[in-house]
Amino acid sequence: MEVPILKQGDYLIASIQSALTDADLLRLRDELAERVGRFRSRGVIVDVTVLDVMDSFASRTLSAIAHMTKLRGAETVIVGIQPEVAFAMVQLGLTLAGVETALDLEEGLAFLERKTKRAGNRAG
Amino acid sequence: MPDERVTVRTESDIVVARQLGRALASRLGFSATDLTLVATAISEVARNIVAYAKSGEIVVSLADDGSRQGIRIMANDEGPGIRDIAQAMQPGYSSSDSLGLGLPGTRRMMDEFQISSDVGKGTRITMTKWKP
Repeated sequence: MEVPILKQGDYLIASIQSALTDADLLRLRDELAERVGRFRSRGVIVDVTVLDVMDSFASRTLSAIAHMTKLRGAETVIVGIQPEVAFAMVQLGLTLAGVETALDLEEGLAFLERKTKRAGNRAG
Repeated sequence: MPDERVTVRTESDIVVARQLGRALASRLGFSATDLTLVATAISEVARNIVAYAKSGEIVVSLADDGSRQGIRIMANDEGPGIRDIAQAMQPGYSSSDSLGLGLPGTRRMMDEFQISSDVGKGTRITMTKWKP
Protein backbone atom coordinates (compact mmCIF):
# COMPACT_ATOMS: atom_id res chain seq x y z
CA MET A 1 0.00 0.00 0.00
CA GLU A 2 1.56 3.25 -1.15
CA VAL A 3 1.78 6.17 1.26
CA PRO A 4 0.46 9.42 -0.24
CA ILE A 5 2.93 12.28 0.05
CA LEU A 6 1.43 15.76 0.01
CA LYS A 7 3.43 18.85 -0.81
CA GLN A 8 2.39 21.81 1.27
CA GLY A 9 4.56 24.88 0.77
CA ASP A 10 8.04 24.10 2.02
CA TYR A 11 6.93 20.85 3.61
CA LEU A 12 6.15 17.29 2.61
CA ILE A 13 3.45 15.45 4.53
CA ALA A 14 3.43 11.65 4.34
CA SER A 15 0.18 10.39 5.74
CA ILE A 16 0.21 6.66 6.41
CA GLN A 17 -3.24 5.20 5.66
CA SER A 18 -2.98 1.55 6.72
CA ALA A 19 -0.65 -1.14 8.05
CA LEU A 20 2.59 -1.11 6.09
CA THR A 21 4.80 -3.96 5.00
CA ASP A 22 8.58 -3.60 5.15
CA ALA A 23 8.63 -2.97 1.40
CA ASP A 24 6.07 -0.15 1.77
CA LEU A 25 8.24 1.47 4.44
CA LEU A 26 11.38 1.27 2.32
CA ARG A 27 9.51 2.77 -0.64
CA LEU A 28 8.35 5.64 1.58
CA ARG A 29 11.94 6.23 2.70
CA ASP A 30 13.22 6.38 -0.88
CA GLU A 31 10.33 8.54 -2.10
CA LEU A 32 10.86 11.10 0.66
CA ALA A 33 14.61 11.30 0.11
CA GLU A 34 13.99 11.92 -3.59
CA ARG A 35 11.14 14.42 -3.19
CA VAL A 36 12.98 16.54 -0.64
CA GLY A 37 15.38 17.32 -3.48
CA ARG A 38 12.77 17.63 -6.22
CA PHE A 39 10.60 20.09 -4.27
CA ARG A 40 13.46 21.69 -2.30
CA SER A 41 11.51 20.92 0.88
CA ARG A 42 12.64 22.27 4.24
CA GLY A 43 10.59 19.95 6.39
CA VAL A 44 8.94 16.51 6.36
CA ILE A 45 6.10 15.21 8.50
CA VAL A 46 5.41 11.49 8.71
CA ASP A 47 1.99 10.89 10.24
CA VAL A 48 1.83 7.42 11.85
CA THR A 49 -1.51 7.91 13.64
CA VAL A 50 -3.09 4.82 12.05
CA LEU A 51 -0.16 2.48 12.77
CA ASP A 52 -1.16 -0.03 15.46
CA VAL A 53 2.27 -1.66 15.54
CA MET A 54 5.69 -0.07 15.46
CA ASP A 55 8.19 -2.91 15.51
CA SER A 56 11.97 -2.82 15.25
CA PHE A 57 11.95 -2.56 11.46
CA ALA A 58 9.39 0.26 11.29
CA SER A 59 11.22 2.13 14.01
CA ARG A 60 14.57 1.74 12.30
CA THR A 61 13.14 2.84 8.95
CA LEU A 62 11.56 5.98 10.43
CA SER A 63 14.91 6.75 12.01
CA ALA A 64 16.59 6.30 8.65
CA ILE A 65 14.05 8.63 7.02
CA ALA A 66 14.75 11.33 9.61
CA HIS A 67 18.52 11.06 9.23
CA MET A 68 18.51 10.79 5.43
CA THR A 69 16.30 13.84 4.95
CA LYS A 70 18.47 15.73 7.45
CA LEU A 71 21.47 14.99 5.26
CA ARG A 72 19.44 16.37 2.35
CA GLY A 73 18.80 19.58 4.29
CA ALA A 74 15.27 18.97 5.59
CA GLU A 75 13.94 18.46 9.13
CA THR A 76 11.69 15.46 9.74
CA VAL A 77 9.17 15.10 12.51
CA ILE A 78 7.20 11.91 13.26
CA VAL A 79 3.68 12.64 14.49
CA GLY A 80 0.80 10.63 15.88
CA ILE A 81 2.44 7.74 17.76
CA GLN A 82 -0.46 6.28 19.71
CA PRO A 83 -0.13 5.77 23.49
CA GLU A 84 -0.29 1.95 23.30
CA VAL A 85 2.24 1.97 20.49
CA ALA A 86 4.56 4.21 22.52
CA PHE A 87 4.26 1.80 25.45
CA ALA A 88 5.08 -1.24 23.29
CA MET A 89 8.05 0.60 21.75
CA VAL A 90 9.50 1.34 25.17
CA GLN A 91 9.03 -2.30 26.23
CA LEU A 92 10.81 -3.39 23.09
CA GLY A 93 13.61 -0.88 23.70
CA LEU A 94 12.83 1.36 20.72
CA THR A 95 13.23 5.03 21.57
CA LEU A 96 13.70 6.72 18.17
CA ALA A 97 16.75 8.45 19.65
CA GLY A 98 17.71 11.59 17.76
CA VAL A 99 14.39 11.72 15.91
CA GLU A 100 11.96 14.61 16.42
CA THR A 101 8.41 13.65 17.35
CA ALA A 102 5.23 15.61 17.98
CA LEU A 103 1.79 14.76 19.30
CA ASP A 104 -0.13 15.28 16.06
CA LEU A 105 -0.07 16.97 12.67
CA GLU A 106 -0.80 20.39 14.13
CA GLU A 107 2.06 20.18 16.62
CA GLY A 108 4.32 18.80 13.90
CA LEU A 109 3.62 21.78 11.64
CA ALA A 110 4.22 24.18 14.52
CA PHE A 111 7.54 22.44 15.22
CA LEU A 112 8.66 22.77 11.60
CA GLU A 113 7.63 26.43 11.53
CA ARG A 114 9.86 27.14 14.53
CA LYS A 115 12.71 25.02 13.24
CA THR A 116 12.83 26.10 9.61
CA LYS A 117 11.94 29.77 9.99
CA ARG A 118 14.62 30.51 12.59
CA ALA A 119 17.31 31.41 10.05
CA GLY A 120 14.92 33.86 8.37
CA ASN A 121 14.08 35.54 11.66
CA ARG A 122 17.73 36.01 12.49
CA ALA A 123 18.31 37.71 9.13
CA GLY A 124 15.26 39.91 9.53
CA MET B 1 -11.51 -21.85 19.96
CA PRO B 2 -9.50 -23.53 17.20
CA ASP B 3 -5.84 -22.72 16.62
CA GLU B 4 -5.17 -20.30 13.82
CA ARG B 5 -2.02 -20.54 11.78
CA VAL B 6 -0.16 -18.44 9.27
CA THR B 7 2.64 -19.63 7.06
CA VAL B 8 5.42 -17.08 7.21
CA ARG B 9 7.64 -16.80 4.15
CA THR B 10 7.72 -13.19 3.07
CA GLU B 11 7.66 -9.88 4.89
CA SER B 12 3.99 -9.35 3.99
CA ASP B 13 3.15 -12.48 6.01
CA ILE B 14 4.49 -10.61 9.07
CA VAL B 15 1.57 -8.18 8.80
CA VAL B 16 -0.93 -11.03 8.32
CA ALA B 17 0.41 -12.89 11.38
CA ARG B 18 0.24 -9.92 13.72
CA GLN B 19 -3.25 -8.95 12.55
CA LEU B 20 -4.43 -12.50 13.20
CA GLY B 21 -2.96 -12.41 16.72
CA ARG B 22 -4.49 -9.02 17.43
CA ALA B 23 -7.91 -10.23 16.26
CA LEU B 24 -7.82 -13.29 18.53
CA ALA B 25 -6.56 -11.26 21.51
CA SER B 26 -9.32 -8.74 20.85
CA ARG B 27 -11.96 -11.50 20.93
CA LEU B 28 -10.53 -12.58 24.28
CA GLY B 29 -11.10 -9.08 25.63
CA PHE B 30 -7.52 -7.85 26.08
CA SER B 31 -6.95 -4.14 26.67
CA ALA B 32 -5.78 -1.89 23.82
CA THR B 33 -2.31 -1.78 25.37
CA ASP B 34 -2.07 -5.57 25.58
CA LEU B 35 -3.37 -5.96 22.00
CA THR B 36 -0.53 -3.77 20.84
CA LEU B 37 2.04 -5.69 22.89
CA VAL B 38 0.80 -9.01 21.49
CA ALA B 39 0.79 -7.73 17.89
CA THR B 40 4.26 -6.22 18.26
CA ALA B 41 5.68 -9.40 19.81
CA ILE B 42 4.24 -11.46 16.93
CA SER B 43 5.74 -9.01 14.46
CA GLU B 44 9.20 -9.52 15.96
CA VAL B 45 9.15 -13.33 16.04
CA ALA B 46 7.66 -13.48 12.53
CA ARG B 47 10.44 -11.15 11.42
CA ASN B 48 13.01 -13.57 12.79
CA ILE B 49 11.49 -16.37 10.71
CA VAL B 50 11.68 -14.32 7.50
CA ALA B 51 15.21 -13.10 8.29
CA TYR B 52 16.80 -16.38 9.34
CA ALA B 53 14.69 -19.38 8.45
CA LYS B 54 13.06 -18.17 5.22
CA SER B 55 9.97 -20.15 6.06
CA GLY B 56 8.03 -21.09 9.15
CA GLU B 57 4.71 -20.87 10.88
CA ILE B 58 2.97 -18.78 13.49
CA VAL B 59 0.19 -20.47 15.47
CA VAL B 60 -2.04 -18.46 17.77
CA SER B 61 -4.33 -20.19 20.21
CA LEU B 62 -6.29 -19.79 23.39
CA ALA B 63 -4.33 -20.43 26.57
CA ASP B 64 -6.19 -21.60 29.66
CA ASP B 65 -4.57 -22.76 32.90
CA GLY B 66 -7.85 -23.33 34.72
CA SER B 67 -7.93 -19.98 36.51
CA ARG B 68 -7.20 -17.53 33.72
CA GLN B 69 -7.25 -17.16 29.97
CA GLY B 70 -4.75 -15.76 27.60
CA ILE B 71 -3.28 -15.98 24.17
CA ARG B 72 -0.48 -18.32 23.22
CA ILE B 73 1.73 -17.74 20.24
CA MET B 74 4.01 -20.36 18.77
CA ALA B 75 6.61 -19.49 16.16
CA ASN B 76 8.18 -22.55 14.57
CA ASP B 77 10.68 -22.79 11.78
CA GLU B 78 13.01 -25.31 10.25
CA GLY B 79 15.79 -22.82 9.71
CA PRO B 80 19.45 -22.99 10.74
CA GLY B 81 18.66 -22.74 14.45
CA ILE B 82 20.36 -20.61 17.08
CA ARG B 83 23.75 -21.85 18.27
CA ASP B 84 23.86 -19.83 21.49
CA ILE B 85 20.41 -19.06 22.87
CA ALA B 86 21.81 -17.42 26.03
CA GLN B 87 23.67 -14.95 23.82
CA ALA B 88 20.63 -14.35 21.60
CA MET B 89 18.65 -13.45 24.73
CA GLN B 90 21.20 -10.83 25.82
CA PRO B 91 19.79 -7.30 25.61
CA GLY B 92 21.00 -5.56 22.49
CA TYR B 93 22.15 -8.75 20.81
CA SER B 94 21.48 -9.03 17.12
CA SER B 95 23.32 -10.88 14.42
CA SER B 96 21.40 -9.37 11.53
CA ASP B 97 20.36 -5.90 10.52
CA SER B 98 16.79 -7.03 9.99
CA LEU B 99 16.44 -8.49 13.47
CA GLY B 100 16.62 -5.26 15.40
CA LEU B 101 16.62 -5.68 19.15
CA GLY B 102 15.16 -9.09 18.74
CA LEU B 103 14.25 -11.54 21.39
CA PRO B 104 14.99 -9.86 24.75
CA GLY B 105 12.57 -7.02 23.94
CA THR B 106 9.95 -9.49 22.75
CA ARG B 107 10.25 -11.43 26.00
CA ARG B 108 9.64 -8.20 27.97
CA MET B 109 6.33 -7.70 26.16
CA MET B 110 4.93 -11.13 27.05
CA ASP B 111 4.22 -12.89 30.37
CA GLU B 112 5.87 -16.18 29.41
CA PHE B 113 8.50 -16.87 26.83
CA GLN B 114 10.21 -20.15 25.98
CA ILE B 115 12.67 -20.77 23.23
CA SER B 116 14.39 -23.92 22.08
CA SER B 117 16.56 -24.45 19.09
CA ASP B 118 18.50 -27.24 17.39
CA VAL B 119 21.27 -26.18 15.09
CA GLY B 120 20.44 -27.35 11.59
CA LYS B 121 16.88 -28.25 12.54
CA GLY B 122 15.08 -25.09 13.57
CA THR B 123 13.78 -22.89 16.33
CA ARG B 124 10.59 -22.99 18.37
CA ILE B 125 9.33 -20.07 20.40
CA THR B 126 6.26 -20.30 22.62
CA MET B 127 5.03 -17.16 24.34
CA THR B 128 1.92 -16.39 26.35
CA LYS B 129 0.12 -13.28 27.45
CA TRP B 130 -2.40 -13.77 30.26
CA LYS B 131 -5.48 -11.67 30.67
CA PRO B 132 -5.20 -9.76 33.93
